[in-house]
Amino acid sequence: MDANEIKERMKMPRQTMPEQDPHERVRNFYEVPYGFTPEQAIAEAKRCIQCKKPLCVGGCPVNIDIPWFIRLIAEGKFIEAAHKLKETNGLPAVCGRVCPQEDQCEKVCVVGKKADAVSIGRLERFAADYEREHGEVTIPNIPKWTGKKAAVVGAGPAGLTVAGDLVKKGHKVTVFEALHTPGGVLMYGIPEFRLPKKIVQSEVEYLKRMGVEIVLNAVVGKLETIDELLADGYGAVFVGSGAGLPNFMNIPGENLSGVYSANEYLTRVNLMKAYQFPEYDTPVIRGRKVVVIGGGNTAMDSARTALRLCPEEVSIVYRRSREELPARVEEIHHGEEEGLKFKLLTNPKRFIGDHEGRLKGVECVSMELGEPDESGRRRPVEVKGSDFTIEADVAIIAIGNGANPLIPQTTPDIKVNKWGNITVNPDNGRTSKKGVFSGGDIVRGGATVILAMGDGRRAADSMDEYMRTGIW
Amino acid sequence: MYEIIEKAELAHTVYQYKIKAPLIAKKRKAGQFVVLRLNEMGERIPLTIVGSDEKEGTITIIVQEVGKSTAMLGDMTVGDSILDVVGPLGKPTHIENFGIAVCVGGGIGTAPVLPIAKAMKEAGNKVISIMGARNKGLLILENEMREASHELHVTTDDGSYGHHGFVTQVLQKFIDEGMKIGCVVGIGPVPMMRAVANVTRPYGIQTVVSLNPIMVDGTGMCGACRVTIAGKNQFVCVDGPEFNGHEVNYEELMLRNRSYIKEEKAAMEEFTYHEGSKCYERECK
Repeated sequence: MDANEIKERMKMPRQTMPEQDPHERVRNFYEVPYGFTPEQAIAEAKRCIQCKKPLCVGGCPVNIDIPWFIRLIAEGKFIEAAHKLKETNGLPAVCGRVCPQEDQCEKVCVVGKKADAVSIGRLERFAADYEREHGEVTIPNIPKWTGKKAAVVGAGPAGLTVAGDLVKKGHKVTVFEALHTPGGVLMYGIPEFRLPKKIVQSEVEYLKRMGVEIVLNAVVGKLETIDELLADGYGAVFVGSGAGLPNFMNIPGENLSGVYSANEYLTRVNLMKAYQFPEYDTPVIRGRKVVVIGGGNTAMDSARTALRLCPEEVSIVYRRSREELPARVEEIHHGEEEGLKFKLLTNPKRFIGDHEGRLKGVECVSMELGEPDESGRRRPVEVKGSDFTIEADVAIIAIGNGANPLIPQTTPDIKVNKWGNITVNPDNGRTSKKGVFSGGDIVRGGATVILAMGDGRRAADSMDEYMRTGIW
Repeated sequence: MYEIIEKAELAHTVYQYKIKAPLIAKKRKAGQFVVLRLNEMGERIPLTIVGSDEKEGTITIIVQEVGKSTAMLGDMTVGDSILDVVGPLGKPTHIENFGIAVCVGGGIGTAPVLPIAKAMKEAGNKVISIMGARNKGLLILENEMREASHELHVTTDDGSYGHHGFVTQVLQKFIDEGMKIGCVVGIGPVPMMRAVANVTRPYGIQTVVSLNPIMVDGTGMCGACRVTIAGKNQFVCVDGPEFNGHEVNYEELMLRNRSYIKEEKAAMEEFTYHEGSKCYERECK
């Protein structure tokens, strides 16, 4: 590509992805963005200047060959682009939707230094959707069986990545999932309007077609322990059991009816489909006024779900200011378009109930930002005497998760840190127990889908090596 | 899919099922539970495992029809299959030789007491059981409880059978007579468990209750089942289901269990009048 062409490409405007109208979408659970048309995808792909030393690949936790797949899209070879993606990413339709690209590949995009970065995530989504919708999902050639089998605990992003990688390396893989549906947080956590569940299930179908066996309703630790799996002939075990236990604030009134953890609220609505109650049997309290506590992506998912269920008012209560909101800018923007209110520099002190134990308000206090704390962010401190009450009949607490104790409890020789998260060698996911690997939120505490997948990728390479050589 | 192998009606709207679930049957211990989901649209229902047969590969559960899901389960019969059964969940009962173990079951709560009484007996305890119900027709598992215990006392609220009154009166009488009780296990409706704990508290008798809050996943992920134990939040699914009866905030648990009373009523009405006639007929009998 000569200098002139690069100049031309830099001038092309970033394509905007069409979306459902905010007034319309806030009354349904259909996906918000429609995705690129083929014409838009080609136009956007042509904005990529095909750097000789592409920084985007290093910005991707699973190191997708980004310029290559984008070039294929620019040439109209959409199916080939999808195949290219799947060489390194088992879940491109998912990642194209939920990855924080603006902090990863797109953040370091060379085009982005002078103009808007190339929409790498949206192109990834386009290629994966195109392949699925055109019924041309072919599976790669699977090598001859190595004679080894591996067990994976948890069918979330980390576990599914391990399973896909190991099957492609010729091993047999069984995934044990505690819930009745595979997908983990992709099914119970991320809402339908951000990640349609049929997409997750078709990605899981793809893994099954490659030969991955998935056993549902299997709580490892309770049904079978890790030691039993190892004794059963599994050469290696990957633990991707997820974040687990939701944190609460330990303030009065937290157990009133109408106070939910984000995990519970989202599980009821997403996994159990409470938004279709009474057709589906699981209910959720819809409420008139909803308060969501926290400022991360889970808080945004909860709030935007509540906007679709609750007729009056949904607000985010966050103790720092707008600049510190950890949620993706795109999510904040979508939420505001849908009518989400922000009560910033506000911290809950207690939940107030009526005589039936139902939530009726949240007593809060105003905060101001003081000196920076160990995270480098300015520490919020209470403004004395500024207490006030927000009327609410539903409150959703989205302040993170602790570690699920089930695996460590039943496999005491797996080392955990003081928070109960499994400790691993970050280069290869190896735990303190021979033959056992781990990654995703049970190690990280609470991170993103793509980081969990990156862990899965590294662990799978190391599991392959261990099963072939026996060297720990 | 998990097939129903056997079904028996134990009392009006109370059924016992044997379900094919070989791995759970092999692993489960007294005090643990399963979570069921009947069909694609179903909710997740926690139910105590009452017994198991490892050879046959079955577990036994007992269910009372109290809402739409349990009524639908009540309509299912031998040969039908339950879509999802997951378990064994929760911590097993702490079993040791306490000397005298008093096992108290109220209503359907007798079902979870039975495996504990059996385990206590096997551990060398003298097992004295008390079981109660509103009336004679609602008593379940009397013969099984008699077999699992050294002594069985039965109470009915209306006096239609056994001692006229409540299980707590019999328990109080034991204490008044100077019985050296090592441990009390009390399972039943929340007010009954609270009453049992109130009886034993002044004497410092170790008292275990098994809690039955609303649950969703049953593996610690959602926190729906949290209860306040000695002032601290605990998750019944992973920290319980059994707790020191003297430390439970029963009032909070009762209020939380009523969280969806409106929705439960609406779902039941819908089911009764529009979706299925069977449970409507049953109400009319």
